[in-house]
Order: sequence, then C-alpha cells, then structure tokens
Amino acid sequence: MKRAVILLASMLVVAGCGLGNGDTADGDVAAGAECEPGQVDGDLNLYIWSEYIDPDLITGFEGELGVNVTETFYDSNETMLAQIDAGGAAYDLVVPSDYMVETMIDADLLIPLDGDALSNLGNLDPDFTNPPFDPDGAYSVAYQWGTTGLGFSYDIVPDPAELSWGLIFDPEMGAAAAGKIQMLNDERETLGAALKYLGYSLNSTSEEEIAEAAQLIKDAKDRIATFDSDAYDNLLISGETLIGHGYSGNWFTAFDAADAWDEFGYGIPKEGGTAWVDTMAIPTTAEHVCTAHAFINFLLDAENGAALTNFNYYASPNAAAEEFILPEILEDPAIYPPPDVIANLEFIAGVGDAATLYADAFVEAKS
Amino acid sequence: MTGREGTATGGWVDRVLGINGWFVFLFLYAPIMVLVLYSFSGDRNVGTWGGFSMEWYERMFANDALMRSLRNSLVVALISTVVSTVLGTAAAIALERYRRWATRGAFDALMYLPVIIPDVTMAVMLLMWFTTIGWSLSLNTIMLSHIAFNISFVAIVVRARLANMDPALDEAAADLYANRWRTFRRVTLPVIMPGVMGGALLALTLSLDDVVVTSLVQGPGATTLPVYVFGLIKRDVTPEINAVSTLMLAASMVLVMVSLVLQRRGESEQTR
Repeated sequence: MKRAVILLASMLVVAGCGLGNGDTADGDVAAGAECEPGQVDGDLNLYIWSEYIDPDLITGFEGELGVNVTETFYDSNETMLAQIDAGGAAYDLVVPSDYMVETMIDADLLIPLDGDALSNLGNLDPDFTNPPFDPDGAYSVAYQWGTTGLGFSYDIVPDPAELSWGLIFDPEMGAAAAGKIQMLNDERETLGAALKYLGYSLNSTSEEEIAEAAQLIKDAKDRIATFDSDAYDNLLISGETLIGHGYSGNWFTAFDAADAWDEFGYGIPKEGGTAWVDTMAIPTTAEHVCTAHAFINFLLDAENGAALTNFNYYASPNAAAEEFILPEILEDPAIYPPPDVIANLEFIAGVGDAATLYADAFVEAKS
Repeated sequence: MTGREGTATGGWVDRVLGINGWFVFLFLYAPIMVLVLYSFSGDRNVGTWGGFSMEWYERMFANDALMRSLRNSLVVALISTVVSTVLGTAAAIALERYRRWATRGAFDALMYLPVIIPDVTMAVMLLMWFTTIGWSLSLNTIMLSHIAFNISFVAIVVRARLANMDPALDEAAADLYANRWRTFRRVTLPVIMPGVMGGALLALTLSLDDVVVTSLVQGPGATTLPVYVFGLIKRDVTPEINAVSTLMLAASMVLVMVSLVLQRRGESEQTR
C-alpha cells in the first residue's frame, strides 16, 4: 500500500517537475565527469536503504580518502526517484534497483560514469557488465544482487529440488499449506511469480498474459493468508505461515538468527524466479562527482566487496571478491545459485506503459 | 475504577462499562507491552523469545546511524510542536474570537485543508514548493513541513475548547480593566490550556510518526526514525527497533507525567 502511495507521489513529481528540473537534466553536468581513480572533490552524500552498507566500510573510506560521508536513508526506489527528480537535495550517490535505473536513465536523472576513474571495474562479474536495464553499464555499477523465491518449512517441502510455484497456485498442491501462505505485496514480484508459473516471461507486456496471472492469484486468494513485504520471514519462523514469498537476503538473516536452518529452507522454484540487482549510480544533481566515483571504485575493490557481502548476506557481483567471502555464504546455493538455476532467472525490467496494467491487475487480484 | 464503584452500587450498566474499560485498556496497551517485552529478548527475530538480554539496547546505542535518526526525529518533533502550537492557538483565537475580518471565511476553509488532504499530496506539494523556491532539502524543510500540517490540527483542537468558553469571561476581565494581553494570559489561556496541551500532544505524535511527508522532504543526513525503520526492508527489523521504541515510550510517559503534575499544581494554585 505504502509503496503504491509513494509510486503515485513520484509520478506526480515526475509529471509536475518538468519545469523546474529541465535545466539540470540536459545541462552540462550530464556531459560526464573526468576524474582520476581515487580523486575526491568533497564530502560524499550517500542516499541508500537503511543498514544496507557495513558502517566499517564507510569509516574505511573516510579514513582512506580523508572525506566525510553523510548517509541519508530511503525506504523505496520510488521515494528516492521523487527526491532526485525534484532536485532539491544534492545526493552524490544513490542505490537504485534494476528497473529504477532504467526509469532514471530515461528521465535523464543519471550521469554517465567515467570508466577511467573506476580502475577496479574489471573485478565485476561479466554477468553484470551489460544488464538489460542499462546496456554496457554506462550509468550504473552493480552493488549487490539476489533472488526472489520461496522460503518454506521442510514439513511442506521435503525436497527443495521439487520446489514449485504450484505450492501456491495449484489448488491440489496448495491445499497442503492452505491459509498459511504469504506473498509479497508487490505487483511486479507477485504477478511475476504467477507469470513464471504459467510459463511466460515476468516482463510480459501482454494484457492477456497479465490478466491470466492476475486471475491465478485471485483464485489462490483463499489459500493466501497475507500479502506482506515487511515481516514475512518472522511469519514463517513463528509458524504462522508454511510458505513465504520473499527476497533471498532476508530469509538468510532470519534463518541464521533463529538458528533454524534445519527447519526451514529457501529456494527458487523450478519454473524460475526473479533476480534483482541493486546498483550504484550518480544523479545529475550530484555535486561531488569524483568522490562518488571514488566510492564506487572503493566498493569494487575485492576485499571491500567481500566485506559488504559478509555484512548483508546478499551475493556480490564482484567476482574478485569471492576469495574473501565467508565460505558459508559462497557455498550456499540459495545465495549463489548453481548455473542451471541462474539460467532460469530473469531481471525485472521496465515495462513502459504496461506498468499501469500490472498495478491495476494486482489491485484487482487482491480485492 | 468505574467497575469497583459499580459493584458497590450493584448497577449492571456500571459493571459492563467497567469491563469495557478494561478491554479498551487491554486493546491499547497489550501491543505496547509485547513491544517492550521483546526489546529484552535475546533472539534476533522480533516475535521469538530468546531469553532476557540487554543486547539490543547496547547495539542501539552503538548504532550511529540509528541514533542520528532518533536525534533528528526528536529535534523535528520538539521544534515543530512548539511552533505549531503557538501558531495554531493564535489561529484558533483569531477565527473564534475575532469574527469580522474580510477573508475569515476563506481562511477558515483553508485551515481544514491539511487535515483532509492525503499525506502524499501534501508531501508532493511541499517537495515541489521547496524546490521551486530553490531551497535545498534538509532537516529544516522537514521541520517546516511538519509545522505546516500540524498548525491545522492544533487549531482545530483549540477551537473546540474555545467554542465552549463563555465569552462573558473575557468581557468580565475587560470590565475589570485588564488589557487584552492580561485577559489572554490570566483568563483565556488557563481556560483553553487543556485544548492547547491536547493539540500539542497531537502535533508531537503526528510529527514523530510521519513517514510519507518526511521521506520526500528530507535532505542529506536528515533521515528521521520512522523513515529509517521503513528503510530497513533490505535487512531485517531487529529488536533494536523495539529498544528504540521502548526508550521513546518511556520518554513520552515522563513527558505526560510532568505535564499532569504541572497541570495539577496549576489547578491547586487557582483554587487557592
């Protein structure tokens, strides 16, 4: 609900700000900066999700380059977009998710990155250098990535290899966990799951396919206890749900904390799921472009990239970092899925005008 | 209390009301008790008891970003409450006592706008206003925004109290040669004080838990506690948040106690 509200807000801002923002969007700033690796031009204003970065990395960067980092936190991509688009605050570095990068590029809100300043760029896994939302990675560098799949109790899913979206959408299979199923309150993720189950792409722009997916959710609604994006891991661990739909990293921190790996598992259903990637990008309103580049380069360092993953339990797009990542994370197929599973994953890409189709279909399916 | 008196007189209505009272208390305070309880839990999951532990309080104080958000929240809440209470009370008096100014009707209608307008619209309006006039977003813009929506709430609460106040009291004061300021200070303000306090507490609450407006008008380093908590979705909400909430709860209880004590003292002085 809240996300929908903020989405509306950001659309209002985007619609209303054409006037005020025009000068920054196509101004000289977008011509790109020229910075040396490690060059700084002032303190860094970092705009990121709460507790997404290891505080020690921030102190490390401050010490190494002699600048201060001011952190500001946002709760959704849409909030961040609204603020950047309005242009009232000079954030130097933001952390948008995949689909948001595309939106921001289209709106001329990001500056092209200066490859010369990113001497560690070679550390990036080739899978992330040319993502569909930002061809050639001209505007963004992958920060962390993960998957969206199902957390489950072994009582319901004895064999993770047999994990299927049918546990939610198939009336017969779903009967086992009826009333104890949670799905994300997110139109792209939840409709995407239904689309995958039906064998379609989760970036489908076909009205019929989206309607079919919505109907599937509507039919399954009696078995779904709640659409929740915030506390689903707690619901599973406390036994209120048996199957939950959610982001990889959240499940792991929760299982780890509850010391409950024997009881619960996480996996990507055999029909496929979502891969998401959060990125680092520099808005056109940034005032310290070189420091922002230096920060990106700092996190692309092998040991720093590993420290990030060891802190937040999300997979690192930094291939060179792997030797420093805790073995328990690296060997976990749920964090670093095997190649055949990876082949079944899709990024959520921008769908243009079909975005409203998704929003409407989801509201309709839930009602 | 009503319940006990009810039993004494044997009235079943009193008894039912008493039971209802307890249910209301239970409904209001049980969730808070649970929140406080789990702030002392040794388990990382909110809602799983892991034995008594002060771990989350230690972590909370060591978490710089969280502490800064808490401080931002408190600064914004206190300043916006004080300013909006003064302005809101003044607006209420202007509307209720001085009925003959030209744009009064329009002002009256506009006063209700921030109350009925959806949060998002308010947030977008403020964000666009600040950027249009070229202000950079910061803690100040959060404060101004909170003052902007709080004035109306304070004014409405104070007006309700003013409407019930006998205008003859003011006239009596004037008859006794009190000037306007003395009339306000010694007669009007004491009578409407509960309304002013109520308005102030409402403003404080609204400011402390606002997310939608704040998240759009915040500037670098100005994240408030509620925005921080909502931003935790990449990680996990841990009992650290319970610990912060417990601390704030304790602080607000002290605040209410102090204001009750002050009010009592004021009343006993008046009767003397």
